[in-house]
Amino acid sequence: MLLNQFLLLSAVLFAIGVYGVLARRNGVLVLMSIELILNAVNLNLVAFGAFRETVGGEVFALFVIAVAAAEVGVGLAMVLLLYRNRRSIDLTQIDQLRG
Amino acid sequence: MAHDLLTLAFQRPAIDWHGIAPELVLLSMGALITLVDILFLEKARPYTAGLAGLGLLATAVPLLTLAVDGADRVMFSGAYVIDDFSLIMKAVFLLAGYVVVLLSTNYVAEGDYWENEYYGLLLASVMGMVMMASARDLVSIFVALELLSIPAYLLVAWRKRDLHSTEAGLKYYLMGVFASAVMLYGMSLLYGVTGSTLLSEVGAGVAAAGTSTAVVTMGIVFVVVGFAFKVSAVPFHTWAPDVYEGAPTPITAFLSVASKAAGFVALLALVFVGFYSRSEVWEPLIWVLAALSMTVGNLIALRQTNVVRLMAYSGVAQTGFMIAPLAVAGHGLANGDQALSATVTYLVIYTAMNLGAFAVIISLARRTGSADVTSFAGAFHFAPGLTIAMTVFLFSLAGIPPLGGWFAKFEVFRVLATAGEPWGYVLAAVGAVNSVIALYYYAALARRMWADDPLHGDRNPVPMTPSLASALVLCGVVTLAFGVAPQLVARFTDVSLLALGG
Repeated sequence: MLLNQFLLLSAVLFAIGVYGVLARRNGVLVLMSIELILNAVNLNLVAFGAFRETVGGEVFALFVIAVAAAEVGVGLAMVLLLYRNRRSIDLTQIDQLRG
Repeated sequence: MAHDLLTLAFQRPAIDWHGIAPELVLLSMGALITLVDILFLEKARPYTAGLAGLGLLATAVPLLTLAVDGADRVMFSGAYVIDDFSLIMKAVFLLAGYVVVLLSTNYVAEGDYWENEYYGLLLASVMGMVMMASARDLVSIFVALELLSIPAYLLVAWRKRDLHSTEAGLKYYLMGVFASAVMLYGMSLLYGVTGSTLLSEVGAGVAAAGTSTAVVTMGIVFVVVGFAFKVSAVPFHTWAPDVYEGAPTPITAFLSVASKAAGFVALLALVFVGFYSRSEVWEPLIWVLAALSMTVGNLIALRQTNVVRLMAYSGVAQTGFMIAPLAVAGHGLANGDQALSATVTYLVIYTAMNLGAFAVIISLARRTGSADVTSFAGAFHFAPGLTIAMTVFLFSLAGIPPLGGWFAKFEVFRVLATAGEPWGYVLAAVGAVNSVIALYYYAALARRMWADDPLHGDRNPVPMTPSLASALVLCGVVTLAFGVAPQLVARFTDVSLLALGG
């Protein structure tokens, strides 16, 4: 099996995700970028797990999927709260706290 | 592979019920609060704070029996460990949680917030921290980290209609999730090169010759950076001041103490059990984090006009001191154990003095509704007791004997100076300079409280409540006791992670 291809794809996904978190202004798109990073992690874990023939990686990936679902649930609630308070989910506009 | 798995009969893992009794008690109390909330709705409001406090105290009972028993317990083939280190940290989390409940009692009731859910989530977060103290596996560390973080994101945004709170919550959430995603990527690489998620096996795999250095380095750096966010070390501290300012102040106290300590617990377990053999990777990284945290935190704290923001930057600087012993921890077992003890000692004492400082801030801010430094001016004229308490906590944070913070700083400097390494001396010098800078702004705040005139000449006394007063007394006594009799704390923080090998 070619492990490299999976790792390369995962690294690309990770890089796109990091770029998205840093460059995107829309709250929902930032959440999606974070999901991309988490999926890069899952891909890594499953690929390594299959390569090493231990189930540890797959089990870890299941935990990551479950926890990520909870995380995104909270994240969407936060973005909704922001929208209710401000009528906008542009992250560059939330700058009341500084100093 | 899936076929093999299906043909295996399921074997229940051996569970040490005494060992996980603290977690079980905490879980059932959290569930009880949720149940009471569902059954009695608003009628339950006056009782949930007491219930939460009771739950945290009840959790301390099995913790004490475990401490008396004294045996190290290993569960789930090493993924969950109960030893001296985890017991002392669990005790810190429970006490910090209890003090935060005391601080929240009036704040939440008077602020017209959702109360039952607040305490339920607080207990869930403490549960994550208590789990973190025992976690010795990449998976259990990750699950504990999320269990303590996700309720904290919600609690920060608790003041629903307040834009500052929403902003703080969203910033904390995005930073926290991003950091844990980066950390997970590092963990996946470490799993890949070692073939195990168990920290002791990761440690063995990382140490083995022939393991790819580049991948291991990347994994270690990503994981350490992920936790640097959690403990708010520079340059990953940017969220801290904003989140501290926007969050409800009791939650700020909780984050600045318990959440930070939980990050440190995981970092210590990872560094000492997982990465110890690769000290050439993590030592320089931690050195830079420590030096930057101390210097940047203190310099920015100098020009703060909001006391909560000041405490945020002071917390960043204190993180630098806590992390500093790790920068010289890689030189042999004796040195490593000393560094571990120094960090744990600092965490214990910092918890007491920082919570105390926040208890005073919450009490004084109740009067004017603002934590601006002007609300603190001349506090001696209307709240002499609080002023004396705040002076004690501030000077303890600065490290003046005979207060607790003195012993914490002393231990850190001792480890740095006895490591016999040039970089250790340099870091000790950086720390010494920073202690002086820190003293300046702590003393400046104390001076304003003693010497200035109150804002608008308002000399009405501060309304105190029994729960705030007991939180203050608890923190004050602990801060003084640890300073006068440091052997009290040293006896419990003389822990080791290396001798066990995990």
